[in-house]
Amino acid sequence: MTDVQMTDVPALAPDEAQQKLKFYQKGTFTVGNRLISEGERSVQASQARSNALTSGHRACQGCGEALGARYAIDAAMRASGNDLIAVNATGCLEVFTTPYPETSWQLPWLHSLFGNAAAVATGVAAAMRVKGKKTRVIAQGGDGGTTDIGFQCLSGMFERNDDVLYICYDNEGYMNTGVQRSSATPPAARTATTPALGPEPGNVFGTGKFVPKIAVAHNIPYVATATVADLHDLERKVVKAMAIHGARYIQINVPCPLGWGAPSCDTIKLARFAVECGLYPIFEAEHGRVTHARKIRKQIPVREYLKLQKRYAHLFRGGVDDPRVARIQAICDAHIAEYGLLGDDEEV
Amino acid sequence: MLKQIEGSHAMAEAIALCRPEVICAYPITPQTHIVEGLGELVKSGELENCEFINVESEFAALSVAIGASAAGARAYTATASQGLLFMAEAVYNAAGLGLPIVMTLGNRAIGAPINIWNDHSDAMSMRDAGWIQLFAETNQEAVDLHILAFRLAEELSMPVMVCVDGFILTHAFERIDIPEQAQVDAFLPPYDPVQVLDPENPASIGAMVGPEAFTEVRFLAHYKQRQALRLIPAFSAELGKIFGRATGGLLRTYRIEDAETVVVAMGSICGTIKDTVDEMREDGVKIGVVCLVSFRPFPVEALGEVLAEAKDVVVVEKSIAVGVGGALADNIEGALRNLEKRPRLHSAIAGLGGRPIPRDSLRRLFETAVTDPWEGPHFLDLNDRVVGREIHRVRKVRRSGSTAENILRQLALTSQLPQD
Repeated sequence: MTDVQMTDVPALAPDEAQQKLKFYQKGTFTVGNRLISEGERSVQASQARSNALTSGHRACQGCGEALGARYAIDAAMRASGNDLIAVNATGCLEVFTTPYPETSWQLPWLHSLFGNAAAVATGVAAAMRVKGKKTRVIAQGGDGGTTDIGFQCLSGMFERNDDVLYICYDNEGYMNTGVQRSSATPPAARTATTPALGPEPGNVFGTGKFVPKIAVAHNIPYVATATVADLHDLERKVVKAMAIHGARYIQINVPCPLGWGAPSCDTIKLARFAVECGLYPIFEAEHGRVTHARKIRKQIPVREYLKLQKRYAHLFRGGVDDPRVARIQAICDAHIAEYGLLGDDEEV
Repeated sequence: MLKQIEGSHAMAEAIALCRPEVICAYPITPQTHIVEGLGELVKSGELENCEFINVESEFAALSVAIGASAAGARAYTATASQGLLFMAEAVYNAAGLGLPIVMTLGNRAIGAPINIWNDHSDAMSMRDAGWIQLFAETNQEAVDLHILAFRLAEELSMPVMVCVDGFILTHAFERIDIPEQAQVDAFLPPYDPVQVLDPENPASIGAMVGPEAFTEVRFLAHYKQRQALRLIPAFSAELGKIFGRATGGLLRTYRIEDAETVVVAMGSICGTIKDTVDEMREDGVKIGVVCLVSFRPFPVEALGEVLAEAKDVVVVEKSIAVGVGGALADNIEGALRNLEKRPRLHSAIAGLGGRPIPRDSLRRLFETAVTDPWEGPHFLDLNDRVVGREIHRVRKVRRSGSTAENILRQLALTSQLPQD
């Protein structure tokens, strides 16, 4: 714990997860729970946390999705007084948590199919409404199950404003099936179906979709992006989302050591760099309008982020930067301009 | 209460009497009037404590029903044809999860070529999905079978598909006896799920199962569905007692005593076949018909009993398993296999894509089966000349174009030619 800085930040929203203080350790965003009073500590610091996703599951070492899911669902459990049902799309999270007869889930949990989590959750929510129960409903899936195969059901759930919080754990590809391209795979990234071969190795430019923006276009009550590099912000957003009824969407950037070709110990660093270079904008939107963007604290060039991952190794062959690195930097710059990611943190 | 009412609306009223809690609606001809009817009942407040959800696809329709059912609500949806195919993955999933969803299938052909009229291709496409499949002969039976379906589904914790012929039943206005709420309540207790998503008692449903248990899971699904062979007659009798009319059952026979030729069919065509049988009986032909209600589970024993004395069995079915023949005929063959005096089996494919099945054609078919039996499937009223011309034309030209359009063109041309 060296060089701990303390920054006074204006309150974003008057809810219980909102920290009044932010501590930054040098080089990370990790906030030391031990340095703040008990009331201000994160959900995970509490002995009474629900531990919705218990240890012993089969996720890879350094799995960003396992971390994101644990924080997100624990926060949702606390916000709902443990009165919560989760629906899960097929994918890594489903497989590594539940090979029968074992399960890591400490809440009622249903897996149906790859592409229908949002619709199944709609059904669960309808059942709760008709039974007069206050039980809340979460649907969760990876980016493939959300932005590709599950997109129609997701959009349907949004437009009907069904009372479901959908959480997408975005690791930018089909990792469960062996790292293939999804519509969330960034340009130039190598996957098994966008191999590092040919004149333009990796995923092509000018394709893909950023579902949070599409969610905003549905005018649903709440949309947010989050990152496992800032778990307090993630918890805050989940708690905020749980205080709202109707369709809500949170997309969490969760690095995948296997798919991205990075050491397990770099998961948080990668998540942080993705935010700090501007490639992954962290923002909130309510009823179709962006209301808050998380500022970049210390901007880094995107090449620093790309260089840490083997999926981008072809961009740096022979010690020379591929010209496409500049194109990715341009994407980052466009995000920074669009969401106003530089400057002081304030409501927009 | 007796009503002069459209089949779809009668079914909607019967379903409403079953007190469904979640209804998922997506339009597809010819089932649409059923969910429209239910939508009216919910919107007007006549059907209380029910969520009516307009979904964005059939895949979502059944997925919403899956979520609702797993969360302890009585769930219903309806579909047809392409819609059933679009929800196919969820059809298998609902059965695999053992969720007692009831779904009406307004039987309709499957494209291409796109065709909105009635046949049984859609139901046949899902025959191995693990759902109980019941076929209604009349709209009265369609009403009764839906009430039976909820009881059966919930008793076994297994989904039930009620198959009703598109247009022929769904759009026909008939005199139908709609039961009273008290009668249905006496038959159908509130839904008491065997598994439920409950925060008080959290369980994981739908987890991954490996080779060590998968066979056993599937065996038990098969075993459970065979239980319906006992329950369908029992519940039908119970329902019949309350309603004061015979209804449901695994199958129904008509004039099969002393019959040498027995026809087997499913759905509304049984009515036309009965008329044909009456006509032939008047002429002294020993013929009868077996109307199959339960296609899944397939009542092998019950069929064996009613077909044991027949010399000829003619299966008339409204679907074609391309490359094999008739799926129903194949199944019936299994029921005949162990009979002492095995009857000859004749398979006929009829009524595809809404082609009318006239009594004359049926009579010719039944007579030919005895006097001049055919090999493989016989396509009733096939236009041999059009088919022959198309086969010859395709042999001559490599880029021969679309079969469907060519047939239509031929028909248009020949209709202008003088009849020979």
